[in-house]
Amino acid sequence: MATKILTEHINVPGIETFDVYRKQGGYTAVEKALKTMTPDEIVEEVKKAGVRGRGGAGFPMGMKWSFLAKPEGVPRYLVCNADESEPGTFKDHYLMKNLPHLLIEGMIVSSFALGANKSFIYVRGELMYVIRILEKAIAEAEAKGFLGKNILGTGYDLELVVQPGGGAYICGEETALLESLEGKRGNPRNKPPFPAVKGLYQCPTVVNNVESIATTSWIVNNGGDAYAAIGIGRSTGTKLISASGHINKPGVYEIELGVPVEDFIYADEWCGGIRTGHKFKALVAGGSSVPILPANLALTLANGEKRLMSYESLSDGGFATGTMLGSGGFIVFDETSCIVRNTWNFSRFYHHESCGQCSPCREGTGWMEKVLHRIEYGHGHQQDIDLLVDVAKKIEGNTICPLGDAAAWPVASAIRHFRDEFQWHIDNPSEATQPGAVYRGEMALV
Amino acid sequence: MSKTVENKTVVFTPERVAKAQEIIARYPADRQKSALLPLLHLLQEQEGWTSPEGMDYVARLLDIQPIEVYEVATFYTMYHIDPVGQHVIEYCRTGPCCLMGGEDVLAHLKHRLGIDTGQTTVDGRFTLKEVECLAACGMGPVFQIREKYYMNLTNERVDEIIDELSK
Repeated sequence: MATKILTEHINVPGIETFDVYRKQGGYTAVEKALKTMTPDEIVEEVKKAGVRGRGGAGFPMGMKWSFLAKPEGVPRYLVCNADESEPGTFKDHYLMKNLPHLLIEGMIVSSFALGANKSFIYVRGELMYVIRILEKAIAEAEAKGFLGKNILGTGYDLELVVQPGGGAYICGEETALLESLEGKRGNPRNKPPFPAVKGLYQCPTVVNNVESIATTSWIVNNGGDAYAAIGIGRSTGTKLISASGHINKPGVYEIELGVPVEDFIYADEWCGGIRTGHKFKALVAGGSSVPILPANLALTLANGEKRLMSYESLSDGGFATGTMLGSGGFIVFDETSCIVRNTWNFSRFYHHESCGQCSPCREGTGWMEKVLHRIEYGHGHQQDIDLLVDVAKKIEGNTICPLGDAAAWPVASAIRHFRDEFQWHIDNPSEATQPGAVYRGEMALV
Repeated sequence: MSKTVENKTVVFTPERVAKAQEIIARYPADRQKSALLPLLHLLQEQEGWTSPEGMDYVARLLDIQPIEVYEVATFYTMYHIDPVGQHVIEYCRTGPCCLMGGEDVLAHLKHRLGIDTGQTTVDGRFTLKEVECLAACGMGPVFQIREKYYMNLTNERVDEIIDELSK
């Protein structure tokens, strides 16, 4: 049985209540951290654990914490990024809904480590029912003395605020999130200064994903070394993977990093195989922004070895033959999926969600969407494929936040691996626009 | 700005005034603008949409300029800056939901309601909006009505839901 750090007790009835969570060993990390450890010791354990940001960027969390500026007389803030809006990703939704106290416990421990006395959980506004669950759990923790003034008599104060967003994917970008939290449009800020120096209200701020913060309790209880012993190489610990698309068992699974992609797709413990009677065509491994891979490259590296569910193995081969672990939004496509249609769909998403601040993204995402739309609907021109590659290239790296890259990569990678499918649409418009028509040419189905 | 149905002054109910004050008190002094998004949710909960009069009222509550409220309300998709029907169906049109047959179910929903995206039924009961990813991809197709998620939708399930809400 694989190690479960976050979801071990998820099926215990009533685990969303304080008392049941406490009975399962909950809040022991708060007691241990506040009573027996210094903030620096906690930061040290998180560093040793090697846990990498679970929101998608994969930046080492301990290092991010150690960048936090500590000027005298200025408050510091911890902000939890719960604006999960990347298509294919629904793990934070699942975690907060089922285990609200796990996040709250992590927030207390992390806030203490960072010296924050007021912390925020910024939740996408669509999840209003989850916000109610979190608020209820916060009230419970407060009533039991684990939040508020003088927590457990240790002299440490912490106020936890749940902030609803307004429905904008861009607010998952940390500086846009801070703008939104200040009551403004979610326009990303130029960096530097980084939030660790000037974040919320121009004060030093750490922004971490829900899943990242939720791991801290286990790290405090068991030590950073124990966490680092799980997983593989620099991909330490466990990861929540949200699996959707053409598989038998969509859902959220906690895996130890390093599981072969093939096992994850086919084992009964996880996805349970490709939808019965169908073949595996393509994979988006880490949320819609990461490059799509055809089935053969999803399962094996270019050198023929098995590809693993880890930051390094998924990105092996760079963008030529690899992809990224990202947020763990695992979308599986079978042979009935039209790559052109899906790419257009993703492109529409990024066009819709661009904040419009940088011209390459504002104009480029709309341009790509339009070109993809005309290819999909049978009006493509021969030069359109190269045009898309060119536009994607001109967006990538030319915007102040990564939304531009996120919009460019799905298009560039779909053309890289499925160019003949785009060509087929252009060459055979009447056939390609039939309902349910899918290219059945040279394709490596598994 | 959006069209106005009637000119009326918007004032929160006493419970919402208390809630608004509680929300504003969460933020440091002089940072009350942080309460803007939560207050707009409160406004929409009461009025059904973020009416211009309501936004002016929120601006007064926060002691900020009305334009600061308008520019925020128009940025975020969850604020309805035009009047809407009794039930706003926010239908996810993004990739994973489409893989699970979301486009067909949406076509059925439009046919059933007799409206297209962005429109409201003649009886004022339903407004249909298409939204981007609702973070429930494994349970697609999915739509949201107020705080409730409806998942694993099929044509039959859509009919049941509409029947139920039409009573």
